[in-house]
Amino acid sequence: MKKSVFLGVVAATTMVAGAASAQATLEAVKARGELICGSNTGLTGFGAPDASGNWTGFDVDLCRALAAAIFGDATKVRFVPTTGETRFTALQSGEVDVLIRNSTWTYSRDTELALDFVAVNYYDGQGFMVKSDLGVSSAKELDGATVCIQTGTTTELNLADFFKQNNISYQPVTVADDSEAQRQYLAGACDAYTTDASGLAASRATMPDAANHIILPEIISKEPLGPVVRHGDNNWGDIVRWTYYALLIAEEKGITKANVEEVATSTADEEVKRLLGLSGDMGVKIGLDNAAFKNAIAAVGNYGEVFAANIGEGTAINLARGLNALWTQGGLQYAPPLR
Amino acid sequence: MDKHFARTEMLPPLAPPVTERGVVKWLRENLFSGPFNTILTLVALVVIYKLVSAALPWWLNSVWTAESLSQCREIVAATAGEGASGACWAMIRERWHQFIFGFYPPDLWWRPVLAFGLLIAALGPVLYSGQKRSLTILLGIVAAYLVVTLSLTGAPTGAFVAAAVVVVALFAAVQVAPGRMLLFTAIYPALCFWLLWGGSIWTPVVAMLGFVVMGVVYMALVGRFGPTASAIAGVVAAVLWWLFLDIPITQALADMIGGGLRSVESDEFGGFLLAITIGVTAISFSLPIGILLALGRQSDMLIVKTLCVGFIEFIRGVPLITLLFTASLLLQYFLPPGTNFDIILRVIILVTLFAAAYLAEVIRGGLAALPRGQYEAADALGLDYWRAQRLIILPQALKISIPAIVSTFIGLFKDTTLVAFVGLMDPLKGVTQIVRADINWKGIYWEPYIFVGAIFFVICFGMSRYSMYLERKLKTDHR
Repeated sequence: MKKSVFLGVVAATTMVAGAASAQATLEAVKARGELICGSNTGLTGFGAPDASGNWTGFDVDLCRALAAAIFGDATKVRFVPTTGETRFTALQSGEVDVLIRNSTWTYSRDTELALDFVAVNYYDGQGFMVKSDLGVSSAKELDGATVCIQTGTTTELNLADFFKQNNISYQPVTVADDSEAQRQYLAGACDAYTTDASGLAASRATMPDAANHIILPEIISKEPLGPVVRHGDNNWGDIVRWTYYALLIAEEKGITKANVEEVATSTADEEVKRLLGLSGDMGVKIGLDNAAFKNAIAAVGNYGEVFAANIGEGTAINLARGLNALWTQGGLQYAPPLR
Repeated sequence: MDKHFARTEMLPPLAPPVTERGVVKWLRENLFSGPFNTILTLVALVVIYKLVSAALPWWLNSVWTAESLSQCREIVAATAGEGASGACWAMIRERWHQFIFGFYPPDLWWRPVLAFGLLIAALGPVLYSGQKRSLTILLGIVAAYLVVTLSLTGAPTGAFVAAAVVVVALFAAVQVAPGRMLLFTAIYPALCFWLLWGGSIWTPVVAMLGFVVMGVVYMALVGRFGPTASAIAGVVAAVLWWLFLDIPITQALADMIGGGLRSVESDEFGGFLLAITIGVTAISFSLPIGILLALGRQSDMLIVKTLCVGFIEFIRGVPLITLLFTASLLLQYFLPPGTNFDIILRVIILVTLFAAAYLAEVIRGGLAALPRGQYEAADALGLDYWRAQRLIILPQALKISIPAIVSTFIGLFKDTTLVAFVGLMDPLKGVTQIVRADINWKGIYWEPYIFVGAIFFVICFGMSRYSMYLERKLKTDHR
């Protein structure tokens, strides 16, 4: 009896706190004068502070775009590093306004954790890396192989599923984190290393003998990564979602960081006019300036530019666009019409 | 005719046989004293040889100047040949400041550096109470340290002057009245807080006034109501001060007079700055709390005893990680939305409570080791409870517990690395992960661990050496 009363109080407190903080994330952010963005404790290419403490990365740029859309100033954002364990609670308790931290959109996270994944800014999937002298060209030939795998991740479950479905066996070598995995793999403790394909590419890029390692063609899972907000504040979700879509539309329309001002003065395209705040009062409809999306694009560039600057071909990580190409180029990145 | 032969001088002694002297003797006695030990020696030699031959080239091929790990590898390959391995200390050279200061703004590094120097000075009277010579040497070291580090970090002239004034004043105090140095120790926590976090100078000053209020109330009432009641009244008065008067008075003073340093946010703290801040604060606050808990556990008063036992057993029954998660996640749910209760403060409070529970048990061991006669003797002298504890019981009990207390402190200091799990940037995991996330240093493995481990070793070894010194100094028996 007492326990249930206590739990009831906890639940009520949580809901009151949740509801109060959900009502007006935008107002709270504006009153605070800065956006608090939940980020990674350090993931190559996606989000990490550099030697002088400036955060850079693919996810980080989306945070900056959001800050630019809200304040017209991409520097008004504070990054709070969250670990895999603390990230969702930090968001639920209101410690961060939005979580942009390579988190996979899954059913239980969307429903049970009462979170909203508002978009997918990176389509990832789990892959395998092996040494080329192993003579394997497909993951299905990995029968009996030892596989390095990080514990406590969804990748562990995906791995078990994949091998079971293909009726082959494997020997897991569990490791704590990416650097440990890389060391074990290079030392020959395992034949294959499996994690998200983007992570494999980053690891491979920094190996002393990158040419001797190949990433197998099979992608065995869907890992849609995207920004997350709390349930219950739909306007705030809209702001995050459409700031992201604005970057996509900008790429589709060929608007870049460099030419955004010029396009704004010369364009005849009605959707571009709405995007850049010249007609339609689009920004005001979600509680921002009409120039919000223009500011976001001017701050970080369009989606393609963000991709190319942080993780794309030409950077050390050298990821191909693949699934993350625009829908017009055979990818999955597709923004609904802005009207 | 008696001719006596008397030896006037002794023959020079012969050297002992070759097996009984010098290196050979030492080797025979220590390494090859029997078949079993001979085998052990040979096995150990093989193991040492393997370890050294594996690790030595790595150390000898160290690279100190490079832009990235791949450049390090190229340099090693160029100087030591293909396939050679070498340490890449260039990473430390480029990122050392994050291991030490986290993201603390570089132009303000002089503040933690100054706070650390003054910390040593403030610890002086506690560590070497009343010893003029040791204290003078210690202050000399602090002065030299401050001159070097403050000029290296480009501190403003004001900081130099202030530091010089403090050190000279302490120096004078040591020569005249070493006991007075404790005053500086008492105000140091506020000073340190202000140096590290910045902000208005009135925040720590007004907060410290709460203790003055506590003291004044206690003094005013102790004659009439006895120590326990007046201590409670003092605490209540101080809490009221902090709850209701502190903020408005601080605000008013800051508006009227102003004065302060640029404030630094908690999320800019990291590396050893964070570890030492948490460690030192928790160590200094857990000892008095631990003593009170130990005394409370031995108390005859049922409620006090039950509360103390409950607290100690609860905290000791829960892993530190759980408490840290509570600090970082659960508290946020219970506090009203919008309150921003500083994460470092939350962590410090829970780490302090954790260490206090362990210390309480350590000190209880010391109390239990005292012969009953000591308690009875104190009673026979007519001392009241607190006097008896202060003058007779605790000095002996604490002396017995020194090794265990210092062990707890060392453990506590190393446990500060666990804050990485709540997203704070501890030197071992937090900063290392950030460095590894840089594409230039991704794949680096041993170097950050060795660097951080070496610094931890120096600090912990220092603590353990000090505890041995203290034991020798306080040794009054003739065992």
